[in-house]
Amino acid sequence: MAFDHDTVRRTAHLARIALPQTEIPAVADQLERIMGLVEELRAIETTGVPTMAHPLDLDQPLRPDTVGNHDQREVLMASAPAAEHGLFLVPKVIE
Amino acid sequence: MELHEFSLRELRQGLQERDFSSVELTTTLLKRISALNPALNAFVTVTESKALAAAATADARRAAGEDGPLLGIPMAHKDIFCTAGVRTTCGSKMLEHFVAPYNATVVERLAVEGMVMLGKLNMDEFAMGSSNETSYFGPVRNPWHTDMVPGGSSGGSAAAVAAGLIPVATGTDTGGSIRQPAALCGITGIKPTYGRVSRYGMIAFASSLDQGGPMARNAEDCALMLNVMAAHDPRDSTSHPAAASDFLRGLDRPLQGLRVGVPEEFFGAGLDPEVAAAVQAGIAELARQGAAVQSIRLPNNPHAVSTYYVLAPAEASSNLARFDGVRYTHRAANPADLTDLYQQSRYEGFGAEVRRRLLVGTYVLSAGYYDAYYRKAQQVRSLIREDFRRAFAEVDVIVGPTTPTPAFPLGAKNADPVAMYLADIYTIAVNLAGIPALSVPCGFTAAGLPIGMQLMGDYFADDLLLNVAHRYQQETQWHRARPPLQAREA
Amino acid sequence: MDWEVVIGLEVHAQLNTATKIFCDCPIAFGAEPNSHTCPVCLAMPGALPVLNAAAVDKAIALGLAIGAELNRHSIFARKNYFYPDLPKGYQISQYELPIVGKGTLTVQLADGVEKVVGVTRAHLEEDAGKSLHEAFIGQSGIDLNRAGTPLLEIVSEPDMRSPAEAVAYLKKLHALVRYLDICDGNMQEGSFRCDANVSLRRPGAAYGTRAEIKNLNSFRFLEKAIEYEIVRQRDILESGGQIVQETRLYDANRDETRSMRSKEEANDYRYFPDPDLLPLVLDESRIERIRDILPELPDAKRTRFMSQYALTAYDAGVLTAGRVLADYYEQVAAGVDGKLAANWVMGDLLGALNKAGIEIEGCPVSAEKLRLLVQRIADQTISGKIAKEIFEEIFYRGGEVDAIIDGRGLRQITDVAAIAAMVDAIVTANPQQAADFRAGKDKLLGFFVGQVMKASQGKANPDQVNAILLERLQKS
Repeated sequence: MAFDHDTVRRTAHLARIALPQTEIPAVADQLERIMGLVEELRAIETTGVPTMAHPLDLDQPLRPDTVGNHDQREVLMASAPAAEHGLFLVPKVIE
Repeated sequence: MELHEFSLRELRQGLQERDFSSVELTTTLLKRISALNPALNAFVTVTESKALAAAATADARRAAGEDGPLLGIPMAHKDIFCTAGVRTTCGSKMLEHFVAPYNATVVERLAVEGMVMLGKLNMDEFAMGSSNETSYFGPVRNPWHTDMVPGGSSGGSAAAVAAGLIPVATGTDTGGSIRQPAALCGITGIKPTYGRVSRYGMIAFASSLDQGGPMARNAEDCALMLNVMAAHDPRDSTSHPAAASDFLRGLDRPLQGLRVGVPEEFFGAGLDPEVAAAVQAGIAELARQGAAVQSIRLPNNPHAVSTYYVLAPAEASSNLARFDGVRYTHRAANPADLTDLYQQSRYEGFGAEVRRRLLVGTYVLSAGYYDAYYRKAQQVRSLIREDFRRAFAEVDVIVGPTTPTPAFPLGAKNADPVAMYLADIYTIAVNLAGIPALSVPCGFTAAGLPIGMQLMGDYFADDLLLNVAHRYQQETQWHRARPPLQAREA
Repeated sequence: MDWEVVIGLEVHAQLNTATKIFCDCPIAFGAEPNSHTCPVCLAMPGALPVLNAAAVDKAIALGLAIGAELNRHSIFARKNYFYPDLPKGYQISQYELPIVGKGTLTVQLADGVEKVVGVTRAHLEEDAGKSLHEAFIGQSGIDLNRAGTPLLEIVSEPDMRSPAEAVAYLKKLHALVRYLDICDGNMQEGSFRCDANVSLRRPGAAYGTRAEIKNLNSFRFLEKAIEYEIVRQRDILESGGQIVQETRLYDANRDETRSMRSKEEANDYRYFPDPDLLPLVLDESRIERIRDILPELPDAKRTRFMSQYALTAYDAGVLTAGRVLADYYEQVAAGVDGKLAANWVMGDLLGALNKAGIEIEGCPVSAEKLRLLVQRIADQTISGKIAKEIFEEIFYRGGEVDAIIDGRGLRQITDVAAIAAMVDAIVTANPQQAADFRAGKDKLLGFFVGQVMKASQGKANPDQVNAILLERLQKS
């Protein structure tokens, strides 16, 4: 299967990774190799085979609706690259 | 024998008999780290003063009459486990300055037992790699031959334990990341049954595959660690209610009558003849001890790598979305707008291999490809699990090589990601099924590189694997061999 | 030729649990930014979700109330997209297998007709945080207190055919979640939010292309937005154009909908099962436990009101529209005539509340006080007219009913002799009018009643005044 440059760009945008133009051919080549490895899956007969999302055959445990910890804002925000007045700052979000 | 070669049992005895204190032991190992780590690069962070303080606390607890198998014993964590107050990088520029305000459950449990953390161990970035070359903090070198890779992603853990910088370490295994470096560095490491060891505070790569486990110089030390590490954790929905067990209890059971299966698929093309010979000799030793060896088939095992390289990147593409430059990660300077902030921070913060896998994962989940890749891989995952189910109806343990080759030179597989992925060809199926597996040293190549033998068991047969490995190590000396590092010490 | 509007609603109801859906942070509106956060809801490395039992129980309650299929096995999935108010880079939601399957909601329309609206599904998911744009120049501040608040997204079938039907459905659902005590229903604060899918078609034709309208935080806005959208789409279709499937934002200030900066442009949510969460399995005992504690639901209450208090379907519908109002009414109606109580609650009380812009929850007149007032009418202590004056007094200034009656001497005059004396005085004082009445000008009775009432300062019993006036005017 061909991994064209537009697919690389679109995928990189979805993943929010700024790939420089110059890297795109090499990345396309590598992705093509990886998808080539994966391609053999298509030929496997799986009619009626259940999907397996998880190794455990367990049910989701439930937590009691009881308030814990808090307030740890100072320590939780200590690694924030930009914060003011208890808010994380980002470039203006345009609605 | 020198202090840095002691097993956990020997260390405990020395501490009990006051041959040395935890502070003395810790000081000795910290010195060894400062002498040898520059050549190995196994540690990303050494926490000297915190370690000495923890050792002093352990000594005080012992003086107060307390005792325990891990009290006062030094160790280090793979830098994927969050440690309160000590930075946790996950081998990435993205988290170069991240200091978690909380401990991973595993970190907390071992600390409560009085273990002394000496620092954080180097690893492939976000655990994505099989050679430890994808770390932002530089490659780890194999103590047996410093031009060779230690394996990955828990390469720092394997190298540090093999080099005697620490007696035991934690690792994580998503597709072989404990077993493959254990094999390449000549140590013992177990990937427990999925759900045994809490994933809380362990930075996720692929949630349905990730499992933490111990890496040590013998099976008994692994059992001692797992006794504390394995426990049900209400903070992890995927933690098994019956996770805890006493892994020491059955350690000495004789192997008489043990049914050993040897899968044909693990001895095909691509297997290095020296590795094949060493593993066959290991199997012969099990037979000598009374095990009944038979050939088995795992027909879907050849699909494991392709299945894994759909599912693991898919989960990773979502798990790593939180590293976005907003709350605690690297942030690109002067972003033009919000999208630019995301895209530049993630381009700069992630290395090439991580970016590649995020792209693969994003692609296989995207509209129009989900059924062809993701759903298909989930079905093949079922088939792989079925293979093991069938096999474990006939045998107790499956044995084969851990890796197709011994350690390879740094840089050897960097040009082709797929060549690197095939280094995990024998370890991946275990993660897909969620069963336990461990690697024990079983020989050396002519060039002096360690070889690992892999033991795989049914769900919750972790204790059986440790038992088999322990009996094997009672009759073999491979795990006692130490790399020739002394000469380079100052 | 006519157009038929086709409307489906997606409602996000914040569940009123004590803690968030996947962590034990408290839920509270108006707290200091990011003060109600933890490693889990800030999506710190290695933090993992664990599901809140109360959120599951509240979803079950809704499912039971709308007679829905409850899926014994449901799956949490990740909806992947990048946004600063979404810390993990994905929202945990339910996609292929929601907890609540198909159900129905019966709504009462203004003409008394009932309509059954299909509910496609309801699923559990987590709310996002908030972006604050005002405080900083060129930057937005991110507050993640709301991130992780449990939401139940309730999706209707495209069964509604007019703005009024859509409003009736939304009101019914709003009442239901408050009856069930699963959501506080506060639309201003966003704890009950509605998106509308609106399309037009020729009657009987296939569904047309729809627009999704967001930001409808009141019943009125829902109505206005759909009305606007009908006109917008009709104009496009009738001029030969095509409707674009898109998300539109309702702007209440301009009363219009407008296309949102193509948010979907590159959207590809890449749903897949969340590997951090296992399948949610509902066992029968859990469901039965919830069924046992379900309160009386609006439809059942309405039927009961009609029989117990002899109310019309319309009155019973109004009074059971909200659980608090229904409870209020029942307290007023205790021991007095149900119809009289209903008139007071629906007329004077709701009118005054509406005028003052107060919800029933904040009503300044307690149900007990209003009951006493109605009681005083029934036992003829005061007239209805006086009662209205007293109501105004207690509503706006407070005070006790009996104290006001006694303090101002408002007790009704029912003494026949006293009333007869007043009647005689008035008749005597107005001989011309009395003569005209006797000559056949029946309308003058009103004049006399008015004069007597005025003379009695409104306290004379009007029925008695009437009767005695007729007797006296005929007599001579």
